[in-house]
Amino acid sequence: MLKILQIALKDLRLAFRDRSALILMLAAPLALTIGLGIVTGRFSGGGNTSGVSDIPVAVLNQDDGQLGSSLVTLLGGSQLGGLLKPITPTTVAEARALVDADKVAAAIIIPPGFSRGILPSGPDGALDAPVTIELRNSPGRPLGASIAQSVVEEFINRVDAIRASEDVTVRRLIGAGLLQPADAEAYAHGIAQRASTTSAVTVRVTSADAKPLAPFDPLAVLAPGMALLFLMYAVTRGAATVLGERTAGTLQRILVSPTSVFQALSGKMLGIFFIAVSQLTLLIVGCGLLFQLRWGDPLAVAALIATTALAATGWGALLAAIARTPAQAGSAGTALMLAFGVLGGNFGSNVPLPSALSALGAITPNRWGMNGFEQLAAGGNLTGIGTNLAALCLMAVVTLGIATLVFRRTSTTR
Amino acid sequence: MPDILETHGLVKRYGERSAVSDLSFSIGEGEIFSLLGPNGAGKTTTISMLSTLIAPSGGDATIAGHSIIRDAQAVRRAIGVVPQEIALYDDLTARENLVFWGQMQGLSGSRLRQRIEAVLAQIGLADRAGQRVKTYSGGMKRRVNIGVGLLHEPRLLFMDEPTVGIDPQSRRAILDTVKDLNRQGMTVLYTTHYMEEAAELSHRIGIVDHGRMIALGTLDALTRAHGEGESLRLRVGDDQNGPALAQAIGRLPGAHGAASLDGEVTAMVTSASDILPGVIAAASAAGIRIRNIDIQEPNLEAVFLRLTGRALRD
Ligand SMILES: Nc1ncnc2c1ncn2[C@@H]1O[C@H](COP(=O)(O)OP(=O)(O)OP(=O)(O)O)[C@@H](O)[C@H]1O
Ligand SMILES: [Mg+2]
Repeated sequence: MLKILQIALKDLRLAFRDRSALILMLAAPLALTIGLGIVTGRFSGGGNTSGVSDIPVAVLNQDDGQLGSSLVTLLGGSQLGGLLKPITPTTVAEARALVDADKVAAAIIIPPGFSRGILPSGPDGALDAPVTIELRNSPGRPLGASIAQSVVEEFINRVDAIRASEDVTVRRLIGAGLLQPADAEAYAHGIAQRASTTSAVTVRVTSADAKPLAPFDPLAVLAPGMALLFLMYAVTRGAATVLGERTAGTLQRILVSPTSVFQALSGKMLGIFFIAVSQLTLLIVGCGLLFQLRWGDPLAVAALIATTALAATGWGALLAAIARTPAQAGSAGTALMLAFGVLGGNFGSNVPLPSALSALGAITPNRWGMNGFEQLAAGGNLTGIGTNLAALCLMAVVTLGIATLVFRRTSTTR
Repeated sequence: MPDILETHGLVKRYGERSAVSDLSFSIGEGEIFSLLGPNGAGKTTTISMLSTLIAPSGGDATIAGHSIIRDAQAVRRAIGVVPQEIALYDDLTARENLVFWGQMQGLSGSRLRQRIEAVLAQIGLADRAGQRVKTYSGGMKRRVNIGVGLLHEPRLLFMDEPTVGIDPQSRRAILDTVKDLNRQGMTVLYTTHYMEEAAELSHRIGIVDHGRMIALGTLDALTRAHGEGESLRLRVGDDQNGPALAQAIGRLPGAHGAASLDGEVTAMVTSASDILPGVIAAASAAGIRIRNIDIQEPNLEAVFLRLTGRALRD
């Protein structure tokens, strides 16, 4: 057991001494995460300098009052610097259809009586029943959808803030551009009657597949995606070192010492696992600190890292058992890394897959790992990713089992 | 001397070809035994079988009383191996390499540290031990390669052509190290295709060719039995027809054999002074210019030539 550990630690040390391996294991995924983060506008503080603009949204205003048109003006106006590009459907069905067809990132449906639900109207200053804005998201455009959602929510926050405060004045409402002076008198009357702290308006967020959308940070998907992509690099490099040690004669040298074939190969596999765990941990923790991402429950994250690394190690072992030369392992490894990256969805949802290929993604550690990190970042816990952990463990058992059989056959026919 | 190694009809076949055929010899405790043979003679194959790395196709051998087939683990504990190709981790320092290989031999703690310092002193690399092996010269790498085999103070050390491709100074240092180790009681199985090395180091020498042991004994016994007379070495240069000259000399009375290799013709003769006029006449008749003539006492090269009709690469 001690020798297995010694061989593994030697390989871990060698991996961190190998400059080109370090570049591909750590620097490349980090650089790609940052690069893709810039492209998606993650680092552009406020304003709209990010290059993200003209996000198509469908805005249907069924309100005949002041607030509805204020919201429409805000969505399409210069205040947002052209961030959104509203189009105006005529019916609710049409608005929803635009989302479902992925023509727009979101549909914002302002219900009839929107203004009257918030602002008292008529001489009696009565309020209608609370109203609900429907915001329908396209899951295919998480970034655009979340931007549209945050704009609407911001608008409602402003209305609420003004409405709920004790000393609300008409002037402030007018100043905020929410009220025409002509309506001021009626409003003032109504507000005195009803100083409620509850919001009179809610946003009901739906998405085209009817799932609520969590607050979205593109890096929360990009960072694990890139980490998992290059995790496969780390394990296939490890596989190549198994064959490399045979070519270099160091494996033979281990085998003429009092060390068994089983110990030598187990040590190599444990070494790959160590390297995989270190790489994933450094990237996940590093990106978390660097970009202030919250991965969720640390215990669950640790369990996910360990099982993903184990499943990836299994694939590395299989590659080492089947390949004949280090060069073969290297090129097959690169192919495996890219194929798994695509199948596992590591390049983000920008690369849609035919459903047959998408199903094939289930054999990749990338897919299960990716999905696990997404779940955890969205607030999931250990039991929530139970299926992922089980699938990854099963994958490790199967791949390591086959690799052991192949190794056993080749080592007896030498 | 009790035998630490005995082989009985060792065979290694690769398909139709035999790399090693029916090899039987023994090495006494405390001996330096050399296997001398040209490229492809089967030296490395023999060492690989004896060090349990590859399984023999036939025959067996015992090392320190343990069969290489049935008791590989016990054999491995008794032996140290210095492989022909340098087998080290380039990205580790010499000291880190020694730590790892010591661990593989089961050493640890203060014993490991103490052995590493001793080995570094022995191979003369104590001052560079903290640098990565990839920054070393070929000779330095060879010395670390040897040091790894010495860490656990094996009873029997296999050294497979440890001086190939290095400068004369490093070669000298390595030969002295081997003699030193032997004086301290280590038994050494040394392979080489340099007859001078075999002659200088060995208590006994086995000459191998095409996987077979064709002669075995002390240097004296071998040269007495197979190398009667003198040997003549003629430098003719690569541009001259060496093989033609060798053939012509072989036909002269008093010649026991002649061969040409790399612009040099070697001939086994009864008496050099008697045959020289005939050699020179044969050369000028064939239009071959001789640049240098060297007359040597009977030696291993002559023995090899006598036994195989070919020259041993030098
Ligand atoms: N794995 C193998 N498969 C097939 N043939 C082999 C194998 N290993 C060695 N041989 C052959 O066996 C013969 C002996 O090779 P070996 O390496 O033992 O020679 P050697 O005496 O060590 O030569 P050198 O001085 O070049 O190191 C050679 O003809 C070689 O081609
Ligand atoms: Mg050899």
